[in-house]
Amino acid sequence: MLEIHQLNKAYGSHKALTDLNLVVPEGGIFGLLGPNGAGKTTLIRIINQIIEQDSGEVVMDGQRLSGESIRKIGYLPEERGLYKKMGVWDQLIYFSRIKGLTASEAKHRVQLWLEKFDIASWKNKKIEDLSKGMAQKIQFIATVIHEPRLLILDEPFSGFDPVNAALLKDEILELKKTGTTILLSTHRMESVELLCDQVAMIHKSKKILDGSIREIKSRFRPLEIRASIDQLNQELPSHWQVESREEGRVELVLPVNGQSPNQLLQELMAFGQVTSFQERFPSMEEIFIQQVNASGHA
Amino acid sequence: MHKVLLVIQREYLARVKKKSFLIATLLTPLIFPAIMAVFVWIAVEEKENQSLRVIEVVDETGLFFMESSEQYAFSSSEKSLEEAKVLVNTGERYGVLYLPKMELSAPQGIQFYGMENPSTSLIGYLEGALKRKIEDQRLYAKGIDPNVLKEIRTDVKVQSLTLGEAGEEKITDATVNYAIGFLSGILIYLFIFIYGNQIMQGVIEEKSTRIVEILVSSLKPFQLMMGKIVGIGAVGLTQFLIWVLLVSTLSTVVMGVLGMQMPQQQAMEMANPELMATSPDSGQLGEILQVIHGIDFVTLVAAFVFYFLGGYLLYGALFAAVGAAVDAPSDAQQFMFPITIPLLVGYMGLFVFVLQDPGSSTSFWLSIIPLTSPIAMMGRISYGVPFWELGLSMGLLVLGFFGTTWLAAKIYRIGILMHGTKPSYKVLWKWLRSSN
Repeated sequence: MLEIHQLNKAYGSHKALTDLNLVVPEGGIFGLLGPNGAGKTTLIRIINQIIEQDSGEVVMDGQRLSGESIRKIGYLPEERGLYKKMGVWDQLIYFSRIKGLTASEAKHRVQLWLEKFDIASWKNKKIEDLSKGMAQKIQFIATVIHEPRLLILDEPFSGFDPVNAALLKDEILELKKTGTTILLSTHRMESVELLCDQVAMIHKSKKILDGSIREIKSRFRPLEIRASIDQLNQELPSHWQVESREEGRVELVLPVNGQSPNQLLQELMAFGQVTSFQERFPSMEEIFIQQVNASGHA
Repeated sequence: MHKVLLVIQREYLARVKKKSFLIATLLTPLIFPAIMAVFVWIAVEEKENQSLRVIEVVDETGLFFMESSEQYAFSSSEKSLEEAKVLVNTGERYGVLYLPKMELSAPQGIQFYGMENPSTSLIGYLEGALKRKIEDQRLYAKGIDPNVLKEIRTDVKVQSLTLGEAGEEKITDATVNYAIGFLSGILIYLFIFIYGNQIMQGVIEEKSTRIVEILVSSLKPFQLMMGKIVGIGAVGLTQFLIWVLLVSTLSTVVMGVLGMQMPQQQAMEMANPELMATSPDSGQLGEILQVIHGIDFVTLVAAFVFYFLGGYLLYGALFAAVGAAVDAPSDAQQFMFPITIPLLVGYMGLFVFVLQDPGSSTSFWLSIIPLTSPIAMMGRISYGVPFWELGLSMGLLVLGFFGTTWLAAKIYRIGILMHGTKPSYKVLWKWLRSSN
């Protein structure tokens, strides 16, 4: 769907992107993760042709980005807004027309979306008269009205209340079902773990990791094992961290230290009756931090 | 190109559909006549209510007889200066004109006493009257009879004519030309300022409500900027045309109601220009009509539209750049300087140089340099400007428009995506120099 080759961008002496390579496969949700200032928004702006790269190229469907690509991309920026004094209908028509829809197509689709969200009665309302949640719905419609094949969402959940965030999530999943490729950028990594199929991590203008979530998790060995023992019969070694202890039932965390789960389990069994034993995989955030530290030391 | 049209359409409709546009468009043509009517009314009232002011004349020379006017009456009753001053204090007299014994060849020591500061028109009136009296006295002393003098005095009026290259003669009148230059210059100045500000507000709105990032993912910043400038310009032009229509209809109606037969008379005289040319002293109105007839209106109107739009487009781009550079209208002040100064120079230049002497070299340069030419050239145009000067000025204005738009586009493109930083001139310079 989208291939990014050796992309570079600098603002004066500050490097925003360094030799970035990325492949976003067709369909599915691709998470672009990284802290604020890592270069995510710069990358997204280049894909949207808002700014130009210094070097490298972005290829969409086998072709370099051009004016034609605008039609295929829908973009919801982190900072978003609508014309406050403009009516809902006029506004949606305008946004679909500048994306390249004809007048009749635009009318048809705006009507469909308004009916879908059950808000056809808002047609003539001005944005300033709508609540924030209502305005966000209009904003979302404006983003997807031209049925983009690639939907780019920059921090999509920021500013949404939980109800509307859930609605948005459903809408994103539905678009995924219809085959839309979704590129989702966020610095809140835990929020997308369950949503994304693939992720790429960016840190200080460089990509430090990418792949499918499952693959990444399996690549990173579990950090520790949570276990609990009943009928403790002897003192535990000091490098095992005891979380709680009541009436002979102990919950503890065992560092992995290169041992296999079976070895650890065997060791543990000597101390009493093992009632639970579970690997705890690192969260995306922990993987990120681990990865940053690794690249920092290298 | 198609997308620019969409932007123009949006900008135009968003403004024209507003109630405030309708109100401003309909009320403005009524407000100016209303204000003028109020002033005229006040002036008339004042004149009617003004009581006759009596001025006591203490004349120690015994030579002067002051003639009373509508506003001032003079009484001479041989009182001393001190007695006369008491009359002023008690309010019986408005003031005292004191004429001491003096040499008529070098009159000195004339004084006016009053309870309030006398107006310059009173002092001027007194000075003029005394000057004539003294001159009369001195002529009389040299043996010239006042009656002879009266016969000799004449009113002279110089009629000015310009010679065309083909030898045709045109009656001109600086007053008419002055009025045309004055009005069109001010209109262009106001148009640039009012609608330039709207461009700036519009850009700031798009930037501060963060619509702009969505917009520039669909169209180029340059398309967005030009669409906005042209769209708002079209709004201004619409408003202006409606005003012209309203004012001309209104004045026709008013004239009809007042029973003035101006149109017929005008039409008759316009139909017979030869007749008028042979009788140059056919009255003031006739002469003004003749002067108006002598002005090349096609050139005048064409030039007005050209400078009206050219000036607007030239400055419009700069207003857009300022809007893009700041986050809020209150921050815009610091960058308004480079826009306001040349506009003011053009405006002041129009009054100080161009209207006073349209042919001077200062007037020439003011009407050639693109930043001031839209205002200054309108002050010269009705006097007739050589073709090459007009061509040069217009050509430079078009170049200037491309220049400011090119500059503005660079600032605009970067500025609209910058938030939270207050740029300085140094930062703007960096944006200008950056290649993308």
